[in-house]
Amino acid sequence: MEYLIEVKNLTKRFGGLVAVDNVSMGVKEGEVVGLLGDNGAGKSTLIKMISGVYKPDGGKIFFEGKEVKIDSPIKALSIAIETLYQDLALAENLNVYSNIFLGREKLRKVLKFINVLDNNYMHDESKKVLKRLEIEVPSLRNRISTLSGGQRQAVAISRSIYWNAKLLIMDEPTAALGVTEQKKVLGLIRLLRSQGIGIIVISHQLYDVFSVSDRLVILRRGEKVAERNVKETNPDEVVSLIVGAEKVAQRSD
Amino acid sequence: MDTNKNSILSLSQSLLSILARNWALLFVLVLILIFSFTGINFFSYKNFQNIFHLSTIYLLLASSETFVIITGGIDLSVGFVMGLSSVLSATIMRELHAANFTPALSISIGSIVGLIVCIIPGLINGVLITKYRVPPFISTLGMGGIASGITLVMCEGFPVTFLPPYLTGIGNGYLIYILPGKAISFFNRPEGIAVEELRNLIRIIPNSLMFNFIIIFILWHILKNTKFGQHTYAIGGSMDAAVRAGINTNKHLIIIYTLSSFLAGLAGVFNVFQTGIGNFTPFTAMYELIAIAAVIIGGASLMGGKGRIFGSIIGVILLRIIENGLHLSGVDPFFRFIAVGLILIVAVVIDQLFPDLL
Repeated sequence: MEYLIEVKNLTKRFGGLVAVDNVSMGVKEGEVVGLLGDNGAGKSTLIKMISGVYKPDGGKIFFEGKEVKIDSPIKALSIAIETLYQDLALAENLNVYSNIFLGREKLRKVLKFINVLDNNYMHDESKKVLKRLEIEVPSLRNRISTLSGGQRQAVAISRSIYWNAKLLIMDEPTAALGVTEQKKVLGLIRLLRSQGIGIIVISHQLYDVFSVSDRLVILRRGEKVAERNVKETNPDEVVSLIVGAEKVAQRSD
Repeated sequence: MDTNKNSILSLSQSLLSILARNWALLFVLVLILIFSFTGINFFSYKNFQNIFHLSTIYLLLASSETFVIITGGIDLSVGFVMGLSSVLSATIMRELHAANFTPALSISIGSIVGLIVCIIPGLINGVLITKYRVPPFISTLGMGGIASGITLVMCEGFPVTFLPPYLTGIGNGYLIYILPGKAISFFNRPEGIAVEELRNLIRIIPNSLMFNFIIIFILWHILKNTKFGQHTYAIGGSMDAAVRAGINTNKHLIIIYTLSSFLAGLAGVFNVFQTGIGNFTPFTAMYELIAIAAVIIGGASLMGGKGRIFGSIIGVILLRIIENGLHLSGVDPFFRFIAVGLILIVAVVIDQLFPDLL
């Protein structure tokens, strides 16, 4: 199967530091790829190049088989790459549906020339997308500040999904969540996968990554050191790869 | 038993939050009650109409400040920009009038130039705050000083007088005049009315009230129903969220500060209509204190993300009733500043105690 997104030899330098060095990887439709690595391994830099925050110094990005230049976050959004940052970036003082539609509000005309917010439309549409994701939020008119961490995460995810994301990049989606909520978010990722969305997950929580990913890409000091199918590896091996212990090379099974 | 206790607890909690959210309105009612006893002629149709009429500039300044404070900023220049537009438009009116232009023409040109020029300080504020990362506090404080200086240079420290006629006729006019049993007229006093009958003339709905109503309605609509208003709240709630949602936050903030400055200019021009002279803003006037206090009393937070136009209106009314009521009760006018300062602090404390109120 062809890759939904494929990056080839992507490189990013900050002065003398090579943050991402010649990394190639791909994600298929309906596939979850875990991106692993210690702090400073270049995970964030890599995804920021895909989401348009950084410009690569070298390499190419192919989306649905065609080469694309992603030079701004807006450009990434326009080709249906949505990124979910760790801090979620929700406006806490606005309600659920306003956040889902923030920046892309639906308007209706009053008296044929005055544009006003179409709150009912936005409310109903948000309800639909939340239902599709099997997310329960008490009321869509509640402000984000009244929601729990998991519910916020769910709202942030549904915002991406509503705008028909084909590729969803998630930076530490389960950090700062309670155990039950982590489970819910992981369930959500599986649900999205079953709906054909390609997903890149960055996380330090190995358990989480193992439980939802199909494939793992491991970075160390900016280089891709390994790529494994989840079924053919185990957490011990992955940890060794992440920290670069020599033993791994001698593994003999 | 336990659930009963819980329900009583939650009931008292929701009661408390309703109380906290509407304390300003309640306070207004309490003040009206008190001043009705202590103030001479306080509780009368004429006095209430008067309070609104004389609050015009405060209502405008507080409305514009509402937008700025919702974004998490502050505009300390409004009072001096108001003085600038007042003096500038009055000076132009005077010169054109002296050059034998018709009153209508000199008044129109003066007003329009005053309004347009007052866009400039806000525009500069906006650019400084967004492109050069100057904190709003510093930028607008400096701009207030500059505006005040220019104003004083222009008017040499005296009010601008010898303006065209009809100004105060418009600014202080009423929609309906009734001379009981004899005459009724709109916009102008009934013709040929005797001086001794003036006392019996009933004036209903000042022009200023309609003017306020229209401006406030437009601003309320913008804040409540439009994309622009939604983005204003979003910027105040989370700048990051707004940026990542694709909102052009720099452009938005520049518009906000320009709007604030423009409304201050509008207040200045209206002030000319109301007083018939061009007034500079003395440093002791502290218009920005009143405007900011009104907005905070109205439920906004200096952290941004919160605030309503109607809340700010209530804030202005509260402060004006205190001033008017203290005056009619024979209290020294200087106490007004003490009252305003105290209430501002109380409002902020309430905001801190109940951060979830919107």
